[in-house]
Parts: sequence; structure tokens; C-alpha cells
Amino acid sequence: MNLLEHSPALIVAIPLLTGFLTPLVSKINKKLRNFIILISLLLTLILVWNFAFSYIFPREEPFVYVFGANSPGITLPSGYKIPVRIIFEIDSIGAFMSLITSIIAFLSFIYSLEFMKKYRGLEKYYTLFLLLTAGIFGMEFTGDLFNFFVFLEITSIAACALIGFHVNKSSCVNAGFKTMVMYTVAALFFLLAVGLLYGQYDALNIGILATKINGSLLDKLALGLFITALALKIGSVPMHFWVPEAYGESPSPVSMILVTNTQASLYALFRICFTLYGIVMNTALIGWIIIILGILSMFFGATLALIQRSIKRLIAYIAISQIGYMLLGVGVGLTTLENPQLLQNYGITAMRGGIFHIFNDAICIGVLFLISGAIIYRTKIYDMNNLGGLARNMKYTAIFFIISSMAISGLPPFNGFVSKLLIYESVYKLNPLLSIIAILISIVTLANFVIVFHGVFLGPKLKKFDNINDAPKEIILPIILMIILIVISGMFPDLFLRNLVEPAVKSLINKEIYISAIGI
Amino acid sequence: MIFTTTIQTGAGYWNPIIWLFSFGLISILIYIIFTLIAEKSYKKDTEQTLPFLSGNIEEREEKLHVKASNLYWGFKTSLEDYYKFISKLRLGSDAIINDYFTWFIFTLAVIFLIIFGGMLL
Repeated sequence: MNLLEHSPALIVAIPLLTGFLTPLVSKINKKLRNFIILISLLLTLILVWNFAFSYIFPREEPFVYVFGANSPGITLPSGYKIPVRIIFEIDSIGAFMSLITSIIAFLSFIYSLEFMKKYRGLEKYYTLFLLLTAGIFGMEFTGDLFNFFVFLEITSIAACALIGFHVNKSSCVNAGFKTMVMYTVAALFFLLAVGLLYGQYDALNIGILATKINGSLLDKLALGLFITALALKIGSVPMHFWVPEAYGESPSPVSMILVTNTQASLYALFRICFTLYGIVMNTALIGWIIIILGILSMFFGATLALIQRSIKRLIAYIAISQIGYMLLGVGVGLTTLENPQLLQNYGITAMRGGIFHIFNDAICIGVLFLISGAIIYRTKIYDMNNLGGLARNMKYTAIFFIISSMAISGLPPFNGFVSKLLIYESVYKLNPLLSIIAILISIVTLANFVIVFHGVFLGPKLKKFDNINDAPKEIILPIILMIILIVISGMFPDLFLRNLVEPAVKSLINKEIYISAIGI
Repeated sequence: MIFTTTIQTGAGYWNPIIWLFSFGLISILIYIIFTLIAEKSYKKDTEQTLPFLSGNIEEREEKLHVKASNLYWGFKTSLEDYYKFISKLRLGSDAIINDYFTWFIFTLAVIFLIIFGGMLL
């Protein structure tokens, strides 16, 4: 038996089982608990990388894994015409997303080791953290809509509990509660849409449904519900309210992994628009809905960030704004899906930009949350008005902040510039106004980071920060690793575009391959 | 080299290595030019390097720092009406859960309108 063939199941099962094991091991020894979690996340990281580069990226067709079958490749039990078992269907976009998740989860855990050390209830923290990680992988791997809903709920429950982890702080509990309410609404509407499709077609598998959907009134109703529910989950304006609360109040390593959680919903939105509805629906119309949501998110996110005083809330608003770039890039690709000439002309380039920006956003926004965490760890202050002169004490943190903020603002030669350049130079062919707005918002984003840099790092040395220096190595190490990723992906973007992004774009466009992989 | 292939961006191209090389070269040129035309009477760590505050008594150093929320004061003041409008729409930080739901239902309605409206076209 080739164990690597079972990688999809193992990638979800390892963090899930370690999560349940954590409270028990915590009773015995806390160092042993940390060691077991470290090994499990490292193993997951290795499995994801090996699986993606051995099974997914080299070939065009998705990898299908069936739970409970005699062989993981048997999609149809004898006598059945449609698959009834739980099926994972992983193509390049799913593998791309899982690569990001595995990196972020691993680095977030290393950061948590020191950052969360002083708090009680860590066995609960790590259990929830691992549940969240397993749930995100599940969302990225599943080929079944109801299964996706289950993983969506797992991540929602774990995320909300993590956001409200500091139960002694009313603002954290409040943020956790608000996020829970909004996540529940999104999940309910998602479930309603799944129910509408199941009621009509007796199927839950995305591939099967894609062949059966005929554009009926109920199909369109379900599409509207899917888009709205997932737009809420990704924090798109005007349903962004939970994002500044959740990212701003949760512990910094949680904020970082929440970015990945949000991106898993973004992946689902793309999967539904391209694969599920791509054959029968007017994709140009859906594309424009996505573009409008993207433009609103970019504009409101960046302008609302300008008036924030809390460093983490400011970054959270920038995160909303960056989601807009991904929606814009992929949305433009969606508008051209029915026209091969336009798709070749600018649609694919826009999608390359949008998909590459998913990676850049996870790394850059993630590291900005870690940097803000390092500042809060040392100063215990969130309000930027009470900070200043920290570049004198926290030299390395200041340098890392400059690099990451330049990258996400789209300044050369970093990775954010590459993805944004691809977006600017392609979306203007659909409508020049879209490019103009995207460029202007990048300038506003940079202005936001000038505020943070000036307010937090520049200015005279303050007496209250006399004894402060850079955060400990466990906190700095993940930041350094992410900065290295930013620099490498900025200096050698072709390496990432050719090997990761382009297969992901192709897998979204060639929906027929995903549908036929199920064996119907 | 395999890693430094130029990227086609749709309307142009991008090569970070060439950019970095050009950036370094231009920086060196600017440095040389500035060194050549630099003010010769400049003396480091003398009174001439102190800030000129129009005869006002100098504040304590800690008070001289412009705080984060005061930065871009003029820009933000000119956008005051925009922020008031956002507040009226209940899209800002002052929104409560009722507003969250209102916007969710509003978005759902607009998306339905676009999808069903598009069907009629």
C-alpha cells in the first residue's frame, strides 16, 4: 500500500487527531504537548508539499480520494450511478491553497509558542487551533458541497472560540460573539443553497451537480445565496464588519491563520462560480458581481483604515482591501470565460494576478499581524497614538515592517508588486477605470502604512520604552521566514507563477477536467 | 537563468533583477551628484543642524512627535464628509449587529436583482 496515496485523508486527519490528543497530553506534560503539535504540523507541511508536487502539479487532472471505498480511486460503488461516499477532489488550485495553509499554520504555531506562553487554557487554544487548521484543509480538498458546509462549520466554531480566547477582555468576547453570529448566518444561507440543489438533483458532489445544473430559477436562487454567504465569509464590503473585530481583537497568530481561513472561503467562491455554474450560467454577469464586490472592498477597506487608531484594526481593514484585488483579478477572468479570445488576451493574466495575490496576501498580511503582535508583546499597547520611536529599540522589527508593508502596498521589487502589476495591466482592457481605482487604492494602502511606520517606529525615543527591545527569537523566527518568502517570491516571481499559479489558474478555467475526474 | 525569466504582464514586462540593477545604478549616480553639489559650509553636530522653530520655545523632545492619528490631518479633514456619510450608512466601526444584518439582506437582494435581472436581458 502506498501511504502517500492517502495523503489527502492524512493531511486532514493528522491535525484533527492531534487536536483531540492535545488536552490529554497537556495533563501529562506541556512541553511534550508542544512537541507533538510541532511534529504533527511539520508532518502535515511535508505531506502537503510532497502531495502537491508529486500528484497534483505535474498532471492536469485532479486527484480523487474516496473515503470508505476498497480503493481510494473508486468513485462509484457497484450498482450506483452517482457517487455516494465522501469524496475529496484536489486539483491545482486546491493544492495551491493547501500549500499556503500548511505554511501559515506551521509558522503561526511556532509564533504561538512564545506569544501565548503566559496565558492559561493553552490546551484549549491548541485544540481549537488544530481544529481550525484541519477544517481549512477540508474546505480546500472536498469535492462535495455538504461536506464543505461541515468543514465550514468546524472552522467557524474553532475560529470564533479563538477570537474570543481572552475571555477576561470584553472586546475579545464581543468580537468572538459578533463573528459567530455572522459566520452562522453565512453557513445557514450556504446550507439553504445546498438544500435547493440537493432537492432538485439528488446530488451533493460538485462534479455531478455541475453536469446537472440547467440554470433553473432555483439554481439561480442558490447561486445568489452561495455568492452572498461566501462574500460575507471573506469579509467583502458591505459585509466586512466582522473582519476588523475578529482580526483586531484575536491573538496575533490567530489573526494570521484567520487570513487563511478567509481565503478558503474565497477558494470556495471561485470553485462555485467557475466549476459549478461555469457551464450553464452567464459567467460575465457573475464576474461583474465579483468585480463590484472587489472594488467596494478595495475602496472602503483602504479608506476606513486611514482613521483607525489600533494597529491591528488598521491592518484588518487593509486585509479587507486586499481581498478586493483578488476578487477583481479573478472576477475579470470570469467575465471572459465564455470568450476564448478575451480570455487569452487579458483574462488569464488577470487571473494570474488575482491568484498570485492570494499567496502574497497570506504572507504579507500574515507577517504584518505577527509584527504588530511583536510590538504588542513588548509594549502591551494597541493604540498607535501611544506608541512612537520604536525603531530605536526594535530595529529588526522596523526593517521587517518596512519590507512587508512595501510588499503589500505593491512597491517593487517585492511580490505584491508583481501580482498587482499583472492585475493593473490586464483589467484595464475590460475597463480602464478598474485599473485606475486599483492603483489609487495601492497609494492609499501605502499611505496607511506610512501612518503606522511614522506613528509607531519614528519619532524621539520615549522614556516608557527604555527597556524594550526586539521580541524573542521564537517570535522573530517566523517573521524572518515569511520575510524571506516575500523577498524570494518578489525576486523570482516566475518560479512561483510557473509552478504554482499557472496550474491553479488552468484548473479553474478547465472545469470539464474537474467534472470528468469523478468518473461519470 | 531559469529563475530570472522576464514576466509578460499583458501590456509590458517585468524583471526584478534588471529593476534592482537599475535602481542600484541610479542610486549611486544620485549619491555622486549630491556629493558633488553638496553644501560645502555644512558642519556636522554644530548649532546649524538644529531645527529652526521661528523663535518659539522648543517643546520637550517627546512632545515633538506627530502622533499617528494626526498624520495626514488635512487629507482626513477634507474627507470628513465622506466619513460622516459612511457613518450614516452604518458601514464604519460604529455599526451594530442589526446593521450587519441589514447590509447582508441588502447585498443578497441586490445580487438576486442582478442575477434575475440578467436572466431577463
